[in-house]
Amino acid sequence: MPKPAEVTSPSDRDVRVTRTFNAPRQLVWDAHTKPDLVRRWQGYTGWDMPVCDMDVRVGGTYRWLWKNLEDGKQFGFFGTFTVVDAPSKIAHDQYFDPGDLGTTMPTGDPCVVSLELSEQDGVTTLVCNLTFASKEARDGAVATGMTDGMEFSYTRLDELCVKEAA
Amino acid sequence: MNSSARLDLTFAALADPTRRAILARLATGEASVQELAEPFAMSQPAISKHLKVLERAGLISADVDAQRRPRRLEPQRLGEAVDWIERYREIFEQNYQRLDALLDALQAKPARSRKPKK
Repeated sequence: MPKPAEVTSPSDRDVRVTRTFNAPRQLVWDAHTKPDLVRRWQGYTGWDMPVCDMDVRVGGTYRWLWKNLEDGKQFGFFGTFTVVDAPSKIAHDQYFDPGDLGTTMPTGDPCVVSLELSEQDGVTTLVCNLTFASKEARDGAVATGMTDGMEFSYTRLDELCVKEAA
Repeated sequence: MNSSARLDLTFAALADPTRRAILARLATGEASVQELAEPFAMSQPAISKHLKVLERAGLISADVDAQRRPRRLEPQRLGEAVDWIERYREIFEQNYQRLDALLDALQAKPARSRKPKK
């Protein structure tokens, strides 16, 4: 099993996530760029992903929407691809769509998400960098909105982890 | 103060080596301003300024009753700051574990042809 994701904050506007996958780079690239694959893993426990539209080319747009399986509430992200260099680099700006979640997460300025993939001996290393518009947005994303919707699913995640560990 | 504003104060307070050293010292037990100033080549007013920042961030508190007003660590706020990174990690890790499973499934298919993959 791969090592858990490593998260650092290289500056007060950045969050960097590093993770390895036991798969060739092309496959990890596909899983990030083909909507039918993206919706199979990107999301949150207890949330469906009814909208996953992606036009993966520079200037192309994307729209992701999640729907809570219990109360039907929705939220999502949308934006434009700014870098598409298959299968190693992709970047897009990301706007938060609070839907009907009623969160306090800042929605005005985009977060710039860049993804870099490198492969060695069949293992792919992913470095995902999130650059927020401000320090407040960085802290706010996780302190409020980004986790509000996920809070519901944490107990279920805990149950899952206990099951997996057993 | 909302949680975002609180985190701002916490991270601003932590973004200084002297203040982190003060927290490390207080992690071993309470100390007066004078005691805290000793290991640093700093005046007491300079240390007091750092202590004020830490206090405003809720990372430390002062015992107002005792005459030497010892400062002590308030571990809860530090926990919130650690939690901030941990939240990001949990969210990503939760996704990436599903991606692991997907990548395994995708790779299992071509393996049926028994073609050794590079």
